[in-house]
Amino acid sequence: MSLSAPLSPLVALDTLWFQVAGTLCNLQCTHCFISSSPTNHSHEMMSLADVRPYLEEAEALGVKEYYFTGGEPFLNREIVEIIEAALALGPVSVLTNGVLIRPETAARLRALADASPYSLDLRISIDGADAATNDPIRGEGTFERILAGIRILATAGLNPVVTVTEACEGALSSEGRARLLAFLRGVGLSQPRLKVMPLLRLGAETRRSRAYAEWESLMGRTLRPEEAEALQCSSCRMVTSKGVYVCPILIDFPGARMASTLSEALRPFALSYPACFTCHEQGLSCRT
Amino acid sequence: MPDLSRRTEDHGAFARVAFLGGIYSNYLALTEALRVARARGVDAIYALGDFGAFGPHPDRTLQILREARVPAIQGNYEESLSTDADDCHCGYTDPRDNHFAQLSYDYTRRRTSTEHKAWMGTLPGHVRLTVAGRRVLLCHGSPRKINEFLWESTTPAPFIRKLLRDAEADVVVCTHTGLHWSRFIEAGRGVVNAGVLGRPANDGRTNVWLTVIEDHSGDLAVEHVPVDYDHERLACEMQEEGLPEEFVETVLTGYWTTCLEILPAKERTRGRH
Repeated sequence: MSLSAPLSPLVALDTLWFQVAGTLCNLQCTHCFISSSPTNHSHEMMSLADVRPYLEEAEALGVKEYYFTGGEPFLNREIVEIIEAALALGPVSVLTNGVLIRPETAARLRALADASPYSLDLRISIDGADAATNDPIRGEGTFERILAGIRILATAGLNPVVTVTEACEGALSSEGRARLLAFLRGVGLSQPRLKVMPLLRLGAETRRSRAYAEWESLMGRTLRPEEAEALQCSSCRMVTSKGVYVCPILIDFPGARMASTLSEALRPFALSYPACFTCHEQGLSCRT
Repeated sequence: MPDLSRRTEDHGAFARVAFLGGIYSNYLALTEALRVARARGVDAIYALGDFGAFGPHPDRTLQILREARVPAIQGNYEESLSTDADDCHCGYTDPRDNHFAQLSYDYTRRRTSTEHKAWMGTLPGHVRLTVAGRRVLLCHGSPRKINEFLWESTTPAPFIRKLLRDAEADVVVCTHTGLHWSRFIEAGRGVVNAGVLGRPANDGRTNVWLTVIEDHSGDLAVEHVPVDYDHERLACEMQEEGLPEEFVETVLTGYWTTCLEILPAKERTRGRH
């Protein structure tokens, strides 16, 4: 007998994601769950013209917040204009490695943040408090380059949220968190903000550690309504150059593409992917 | 939407109403707030939930509220205390935020009488009023979720439009975040966060806030009103009760020291920590 997948209803479209840089990245991290790299064209860069119709639809649907990710969003030549357009409608978060952020860009972002009634958050990923921890995961020399980006944002008065994954040893322990927070204070962040993300055993990460095991699955499970509503897919959708996907995690799976427009994607989703297990078991949310 | 699992009462029309957000056991500020509200000639005062937390002697607040017959709705604290839940369901995600929230809840749960806890279970989840011809819906977090945080910088106009449509209301009055603000998408249609009496607004001032809405020549007007109280006495009592020094510092300085990670970028930047 084949097992069926529990359904996640879309309770409300609160969070709208954009794969604004596609799967194109200036770095090639060994734990990237969508294997972003300088040459991965699975999902292409999105222009302001590509993004705008979705923003219009999102405004009509009452979306609460916008997230931009990639790949590396600051590879996108129109990223500042795209952020500006979204910031007119609601709060914006941008997930970046920080390497490409120059003081001029930071100053423009600061001006946008000051002019909007809504919050603008920059979220920078780094994997440890030193090069010895970070560089094996994110690439030779990246620790110093990411740190430079964090310092530029701090100088511009934009206090980034710093994200580390569980690949960063000790990130989950309170001693590990305290060490990371002390490190961020030392870098010049007077109000350090830290988010620890679970690993997703997809993409490049399957080669660094392992793929999902057969038991890591929600197939055949029944979720209580409050369990289903706690999943991020009950309140988000992801737009890429290929259309609307259920969430930011499953964009490499053709079955997770739901529609061409947001309105058509406001339906339940069958939780048949192993990564759905991580979201459920670890309470993962890609939101800040 | 609104959350149909919660009971809603309809209380009719009023000309001028004061709203008390989370009191967090700050009975000294509550006493002052009732005086300030009455001096403004309000014809009703409503408490929006979270009577306990953070401060000392939770039963003192409950006794004052009940003796004054202040109509009230449930917050997440009342829901948790009346059902004997193990935590406050405040909705934090960061471990440090959760650590301090648990200290608050454990103290409040231990020090709240069984009789007061039972009373909390009788309160409605929502109340509907009419002010200046506008349909006003009172809730704790949001109309759809008791512990949703509606912050000024993350509650945008398009979302408010949807929230009001779904809630069949013109104005939503809420609390839960600890910071007062209001945003109107057109005349007489918007969200009002009443702020809280429990702790200062992370702005370096020691006063707390209540909110008044009124019929102003047929239009609905909102005013966030500062409330001064004996914060030094509160700080002493908190120390005597062994509550965390971090909480005492907030009362004395006006800046939040805990439950900071939930703050959006704009609100976080305004504080010191």
